[in-house]
Amino acid sequence: MSFELETAIAPEKLHRVAIDPISRVEGHGKVTILLDDDNHVQQVRLHIVEFRGFEKFIQGRPYWEVPVMVQRLCGICPVSHHLAASKALDMMLGVKQLTPTAEKIRRLMHYGQILQSHALHFFHLASPDLLFGFGSDVAARNIAGIIATHPAIAKKGVLLRKFGQEVIRMTAGKRVHGTGSIPGGVNKSLAPDERAELLKDIYQMVAWSRDAVGMIRQLFEQNLAEYNEFGRFRSAAMCLVRADGAMDLYHGGLRARGIEGKTLFDHFDYARYWDVIGEDVKSWSYMKFPFFKSLGPDDGSYRVGPLTRVTQCDSIPTPLAEKAREEFMAFDGGRVAGATLGYHWARMIEMLHAAETIKDLLHDDDIIGNDLMATGQRQQRGVGVIEAPRGTLIHHYRIDENDLVIRANLIVSTTHNNQAMNTAVREVAKKYLNGREITEGLLNHIEIAIRAFDPCLSCATHALGQMPLEVAIVGADGTAIDAATRDQHGLIHEIRETP
Amino acid sequence: MKTSKSEVSVQANAREARVKADRPAETKANNIFQLDGEDVPFTPGQTIMQAATANGTYIPHLCWHPDFSAHGSCKLCTVKVNGHFGSSCTIEAQPGMEVENRTMELDDKRRTLLQMLFVEGNHFCPSCEKSGNCTLQATAYELNMMSPHFDMFYPDRPVDASHPDILLDFNRCIMCALCVAASRDVDGKNIFAMGGRGLLGRRVHISSESGKLADTDFAATDRAASICPVGVILPKRKGFAIPIGQRTYDLAPISRQVKKATP
Repeated sequence: MSFELETAIAPEKLHRVAIDPISRVEGHGKVTILLDDDNHVQQVRLHIVEFRGFEKFIQGRPYWEVPVMVQRLCGICPVSHHLAASKALDMMLGVKQLTPTAEKIRRLMHYGQILQSHALHFFHLASPDLLFGFGSDVAARNIAGIIATHPAIAKKGVLLRKFGQEVIRMTAGKRVHGTGSIPGGVNKSLAPDERAELLKDIYQMVAWSRDAVGMIRQLFEQNLAEYNEFGRFRSAAMCLVRADGAMDLYHGGLRARGIEGKTLFDHFDYARYWDVIGEDVKSWSYMKFPFFKSLGPDDGSYRVGPLTRVTQCDSIPTPLAEKAREEFMAFDGGRVAGATLGYHWARMIEMLHAAETIKDLLHDDDIIGNDLMATGQRQQRGVGVIEAPRGTLIHHYRIDENDLVIRANLIVSTTHNNQAMNTAVREVAKKYLNGREITEGLLNHIEIAIRAFDPCLSCATHALGQMPLEVAIVGADGTAIDAATRDQHGLIHEIRETP
Repeated sequence: MKTSKSEVSVQANAREARVKADRPAETKANNIFQLDGEDVPFTPGQTIMQAATANGTYIPHLCWHPDFSAHGSCKLCTVKVNGHFGSSCTIEAQPGMEVENRTMELDDKRRTLLQMLFVEGNHFCPSCEKSGNCTLQATAYELNMMSPHFDMFYPDRPVDASHPDILLDFNRCIMCALCVAASRDVDGKNIFAMGGRGLLGRRVHISSESGKLADTDFAATDRAASICPVGVILPKRKGFAIPIGQRTYDLAPISRQVKKATP
């Protein structure tokens, strides 16, 4: 069975519009839209065109190399892969509890990553759509336009990200692709001067993160009807929560709720994630479609990421972020909690939580301790799960008696959101494209729905809204009906009339 | 096949003689040659490489090690002696020699040799635990090697993880043969041997019927276990224990660590 608008009945008679590549997201993907003669949408698909292959080529490598190698999946959130792999290998080594210093250094690294990634997404990638308007002048709809017209906002975005990167550098050794987390612990703690340097700026980061929450709230207030309804759909949800139900982005048990809010499983031990999550395959995408086994592949898709985490946790364990969460959940009678663009708001609440958590950790003397490694009884298998900036990230490895990896399975955040993103773009296509002439501004609505999820379509590559784009509408007989090209500066150059 | 104790003793004496030859205190006033215009003292019997190293002057090299007799195979230490090319690790220093070392001409050729080494093996520095402690990587940085330049060979070189304490990752082997020398001359075990023909056929073999390290008497305490200048012979389960910033070549480039840069 396929979902509404996933597969048209007679695609050969339809016009095809492609958004390829999708811009201002990490990685490469494309959207294809099939329209009938009256420009009514018949089929919409988000295709992920990258092929990852890490699960295969990690086989035969020594396990201690894995946390450093797999983080090369991504240049934006490598720390997530670094830590998820480390957690899996902690389990493989039988380490049930890290030393206090190791756990807090890893948490510091992770929340630094949440801070920098969320700042990057909101300020650099998403804010041009939100501040200038969805169909605004494409030439200015980018970070350069934000710098020109809203320099104070742009500066905060750049410096928040820089701070997060510094936290990562001091804990992992490098801003991108460090080596700090190793199976069983960490290879360094913070030096007192590093701690002092971060403490100097952290209060400003908390304040700016709070401002960012205020900014997205204001945008919702100004555009309530459009933001609430844009790409809106109902979905099941999954995230990690702490033992007391509070938000914890580093460790916890799995919580899942269905469309009606019914709990499907709670505090589930992720070491046996395959008991509750299956992975479906579709012929038109390289990305798998995970689903809850209890609901089956047709009804079991779900959302992960900031919106899920903020709405499904019982509380956030830092005061400012918790207050922001309560306001978010109460806003407009709670309707924003189900809006696709609510992801942006939830993401800023998490950024505030990350800043507050970093502040608390910096005041904890364990982060300058020297007890870095723990040991345990060796196992053959390990599973590590973490809440990455984009959602739940699962790493699963089996190791042979010679210390080599013999099997690996990675379910990355964006993969969980695959069906949800497809649903969101179909909702937007139905509402905004149906029966209308295709323009760059209308196509941007599709991209805005995708960007809300902050997808990492492949890893280590990302486009910043300046990638060339060609859109063509081809008639059922193969003749070109309409075509437009967008150059590397974001300008539309050529529109051909119907021959 | 093992080396007898008497052979080991002879080899140890030879090493002692070489170490003795490193002492500049015994240098006579006229035993001086010119290296890139700088006076370098030597004692008779020292090679150009030995004298330069004792003087703290860096000549790029990979297969030479102060504890072992020169192999002369990597050719990275090629210098110009009175206008003629030669390996500085095998040419004995002579009074009045004029030796060119870090010239653009020689470094260009060295960079090309490095590029060939990089494409002949599978060197993925980003995920290699030897990164930051690797002589090949440090030499490539020293010589400003910015790309492999040539097409990669991607040879199929399986990992030998059979030994409980040591991993062998031949993907990174540069055929320097230091493990061969260390196992033969110091450990007296002859566990490693060069064999095979051709660019892709020639490789380090393990002296056991199965060809696996587990079936030898190799030990993590052997000299051969710590001699590898690249990431082939590695202690297991150590990985990335040394943080970035504290690795050998994080502290200073290889050319500024002449006396301590050998593993």
